[in-house]
Amino acid sequence: MNPRYFPLAATVAIFLLAYLVCYLQYPNMLSTRVIGNLLTDNAFLGIAAVGMTFVILSGGIDLSVGAVIAFTGVFLAVLLQSTAIHPLAAFGLALVITTAFGALMGAIIHHLQMPPFIVTLAGMFLARGMAFVLSIDSIPIRHPFYATLKGLYYKLPGGGRITLIGGLMLAVFAAGMLIAHRTRFGANVYALGGDIATAQLMGVPVGRTTVAIYALSGFLAGLAGIVFSLYTSAGYSLATVGVELDAIAAVVIGGTLLTGGSGFVAGTLVGLLIQGLIQTYITFDGSLSSWWTKILIGLLLFAFILLQKGLIHISDRRRRAAATVPAAS
Amino acid sequence: MQSDNPLVLAATGIDKSFPGAKALDQVDFSLRRGEVHALLGENGAGKSTLVKCLTGAYRRNAGRIVLDGVEVDPRDTLEAQNLGIGTVYQEVNLLPNLTVAENLFLGRQPRRFGLVDTREMNRRARVLLAQYDLDIDVAAGLSGYSVAVQQVVAIARAVDLSGKVLILDEPTASLDAHEVAMLFRIVRRLRDRGLGIVFITHFLEQVYEIADRITVLRNGRLVGTQEAAGLSRRDLIAMMLGRELADAADDAHGRAAAGAGEVRFRFRNYGRSGRIRPFDLDVRAGEVVGVAGLLGSGRTETAEILFGAERADSGTAEAGGRRLDLSSPRAAIREKFGFCPEDRKVDGIVGDLSVRENIALALQARRGWARPLGRAEQDRLADHYIKALDIRTTDREKPIRLLSGGNQQKVILARWLATNPDFLILDEPTRGIDVGAHAEIIRLIESLCENGMSLIVISSELEELVAYSSRVIVLRDRAHVAELSGERVTTAAIVEAIAATERAQA
Amino acid sequence: MSRFLSLHVLRLLPQVAALAVILLMISFAFPDFFRLEIQNGRLYGSLVDILNRGAPVALLAIGMTVVIATKGIDLSVGAVMAICGAVAAACITSGHSLAVTLLVTLGAGVLCGLWNGVLVAVLDIQPIIATLVLMVAGRGIAQLITEGAILTFNDPGLIFIGSGSLFGLPMPVVIWLAFGIVVALLVRRTALGMLIEALGINRRASTLSGVSTGVLLIAAYMLSGLCAAVAGIIAAADIRGADANNAGLWLELDAILAVVIGGTSLLGGRFSIAASLIGAMIIQAINTGILLSGFPPEFNLIIKAAIIVLILVIQSPRARTVFAWLSRSRGAADGAGQDRADRAGTGQEAK
Repeated sequence: MNPRYFPLAATVAIFLLAYLVCYLQYPNMLSTRVIGNLLTDNAFLGIAAVGMTFVILSGGIDLSVGAVIAFTGVFLAVLLQSTAIHPLAAFGLALVITTAFGALMGAIIHHLQMPPFIVTLAGMFLARGMAFVLSIDSIPIRHPFYATLKGLYYKLPGGGRITLIGGLMLAVFAAGMLIAHRTRFGANVYALGGDIATAQLMGVPVGRTTVAIYALSGFLAGLAGIVFSLYTSAGYSLATVGVELDAIAAVVIGGTLLTGGSGFVAGTLVGLLIQGLIQTYITFDGSLSSWWTKILIGLLLFAFILLQKGLIHISDRRRRAAATVPAAS
Repeated sequence: MQSDNPLVLAATGIDKSFPGAKALDQVDFSLRRGEVHALLGENGAGKSTLVKCLTGAYRRNAGRIVLDGVEVDPRDTLEAQNLGIGTVYQEVNLLPNLTVAENLFLGRQPRRFGLVDTREMNRRARVLLAQYDLDIDVAAGLSGYSVAVQQVVAIARAVDLSGKVLILDEPTASLDAHEVAMLFRIVRRLRDRGLGIVFITHFLEQVYEIADRITVLRNGRLVGTQEAAGLSRRDLIAMMLGRELADAADDAHGRAAAGAGEVRFRFRNYGRSGRIRPFDLDVRAGEVVGVAGLLGSGRTETAEILFGAERADSGTAEAGGRRLDLSSPRAAIREKFGFCPEDRKVDGIVGDLSVRENIALALQARRGWARPLGRAEQDRLADHYIKALDIRTTDREKPIRLLSGGNQQKVILARWLATNPDFLILDEPTRGIDVGAHAEIIRLIESLCENGMSLIVISSELEELVAYSSRVIVLRDRAHVAELSGERVTTAAIVEAIAATERAQA
Repeated sequence: MSRFLSLHVLRLLPQVAALAVILLMISFAFPDFFRLEIQNGRLYGSLVDILNRGAPVALLAIGMTVVIATKGIDLSVGAVMAICGAVAAACITSGHSLAVTLLVTLGAGVLCGLWNGVLVAVLDIQPIIATLVLMVAGRGIAQLITEGAILTFNDPGLIFIGSGSLFGLPMPVVIWLAFGIVVALLVRRTALGMLIEALGINRRASTLSGVSTGVLLIAAYMLSGLCAAVAGIIAAADIRGADANNAGLWLELDAILAVVIGGTSLLGGRFSIAASLIGAMIIQAINTGILLSGFPPEFNLIIKAAIIVLILVIQSPRARTVFAWLSRSRGAADGAGQDRADRAGTGQEAK
């Protein structure tokens, strides 16, 4: 097998194994109902994680997504509360703002040549601060259109439901896979993650691609914010604190190299499902406390970082062995 | 034959200034269709500046560039590429994390219904590489292939994209003889197809092997352009250096084991699997042992294992009957070893630290953090070596990265001399530095040797090696295959030793 | 000696000036700002408040400076604060003496640092990734220790660390000042500072020169863990309980920000602990200033964002070329302009 598929295979194997363990203990967990809930409960995180996958593939990081999700939620709640605007128009407006916000961060990263870490940290402060400025209270959203949207679902055999937001997440993943692996933009993202200077020499429009990557992440964070507001029917500026960490964890557990250049969008979906599964298991168990989720995810992170380290080590050694014959040391 | 071919590229009166320095001064350069044109000069002569002006990486201050009869003004490498000027660099070439096909077609992948058609892309990649006799799995990651294959892929991409002018910037620097031969076959084939090829290299043998014309730059000025066939090696060197080199031809001596003292360091069956086959080596006080071999033959590996940068997994090292601990650079330094690595920028200098701190570093590391060298002591050390080695710097507090290559090398040497070593390992100490510093470093090696230090010097410049070595170890395929001493230390004998084993292998 | 001193002052000038401007601006809005009074042998006033409230970030910034100088970063310090607060609370409530509690807590912090350091130095994992593990898992571990509740205590000794006073100053201020001075002296009076800078600029060259880069790296993360432990104790003592969810939340970002404000490059190398400490005080002065000036505290984050952007612009290589170009076009046409601009940007520091 091509070593680049190794982390992905490991992720899938872990997911199947974990599901098997859960199933043996709680046969109920293998039901369309649980699967449907898994998708619904993690929809906003999954959508944000798709954006994070692109960012990480390009060798960057986006710390602002949690704050942007919260901002979007508050923005929608305030807008729907104080104006008569239709939610769809509000959604459009929110997406324009968050996309522009992401693009702005991308532009700063590229033009000021500063590390994404610190730029998106500023973005996180700014987005969270703007959310606070809009409102520090939790504002409920009672628009009838929300009720309509929440009532939309596809019924699975066995009583499970693919809700609108669950389905939206799957659609975003599908679109993400297509963009990552079958478009020139996708190839450019991988190219940036490989080596920016080389990518530039090879004609990759580095600036445009960087801006587009963070704009995409901003757009998806905005979409995640919309989904989150549908999910909770409220906007709260203190919501989704630390979601960026969950998204990063999903990406890494999904087998994407945190240093960029290697990984798959599909892996992120599995990484997300593994996290969801741990939470579901703890809920099913009832006696386990929620903090075990964090500890387990931390351990999984660690395991995947080690796995990738090992893979790089092996491929280095193989190349070195191959180089022994004629090539340079 | 190609002397009447029409010009494909003509640059006239190219000027380029940087703050405080004029890098190019009224340089003319022309390239004919179907010729290989070598661009030569010392470091800092302006070769890479000229190439960067031609490819749009730099904006020139003045001058005209005419490509195929049309005046062009590329604003970046991309535009130059689209105009027909492709470039292949020594190192930064392609993206190892993408597949071979993706590397070839990045930015111009064939599409169907708006999506990349991977199958078609791979098919085209195979067709393209077939022209270069390269039959590899194009869907596999580029990182799995050797440097030579990657270089060919880079050339294939550049030619496919540009098709008029191909600039090869030191493409052979990390290739061995076989690979160079393969590369030259490809270059000749491209020349015969009518491409104009600019070839930049440090290896004069290669220039004579492949170039039709030679242009020499010196200090940012054009010295001249001549047909390679009519230019003697001597004249070429004179053009490059701007003066007649003192004749170093009487190399038939070797230093006759001048110091010929007793054996100070004794390595037996010393080696590391996968890196360098076990070897025996004796080093006497006051002698220089030269190490020769092609790149990848195990030269640097030999240096690293002697210094503990790579741990030996077989054999023993002794000095005066005592076993040496060479398990890490730190341990080796305690045994009074020193090592100037080949890649100065990556392994040698600490760029943002001052000249003073760079000189004090190894001594300070050996003393341990709790016994700091006082500031006065550091100043004294730095001033001493800046004077003794003639390090050109405005002051000792200047960050070392702002110094020229030759002066950086001298600072690294000073770093080791400050530790007062018994045994100094120099890996390509004169690579990539200007002629003046070059001569000074050779003089320094000789005087250290006369003062009783033991040295191992690795160099690909055989004349130089022969001049100061009392013995020369010849490497091939990561093994020590011959040791030449006394009368046999000649360039001819070294080449013969490398070639002999090569034949034996074949 | 005087040249040495003046160079050092020069290095700190931008940070000191920024702090002074901020304090002056606050005093315009709030005239009593600079007033200090002594009650019961203890100093009170807004300035003291800033020093006191800024203690956790200041402490974290000390360790963070050294870690960043090694070209690393420690994202886990906030989580380590939570762990250590939890350890201290659990230890003292289960009847151990204050000395044992402090020892165990500091040990826990050092252990966390050791974990990070081993990942970075031995397993050669990128620092941002290596410390992410503990950042994600750390709060879970803290909750595990406190069993999800806020573990309160009322040991007077431990509480004294959070709200007592010594030499007229609140304990946290005394602690971070003392800690900062000790660490600064340790790195500058020994060769540690230079060796750390060398390691941060070029690890391989330093190893080949005989610097024990592995040990130094691990030590840097252990120091960061120790700083987080002290900060964790102070935070817990301040509220007389361990809050695993909120103790030290996002303080790693403030600490990094303090280091960045202090002019230490995120790319490693030259560092100044004093500058980072002033950076921490700048952050706290802004917090306090907003509170005092009647602006809603929500603006705090926005101002922090603005500061980061400002620093980014000033430090960016592009901006430097523009500055260099400006200074040249003003007539002083010398080739060293670029060089000087380069040096200013990399946070050249005199020792």
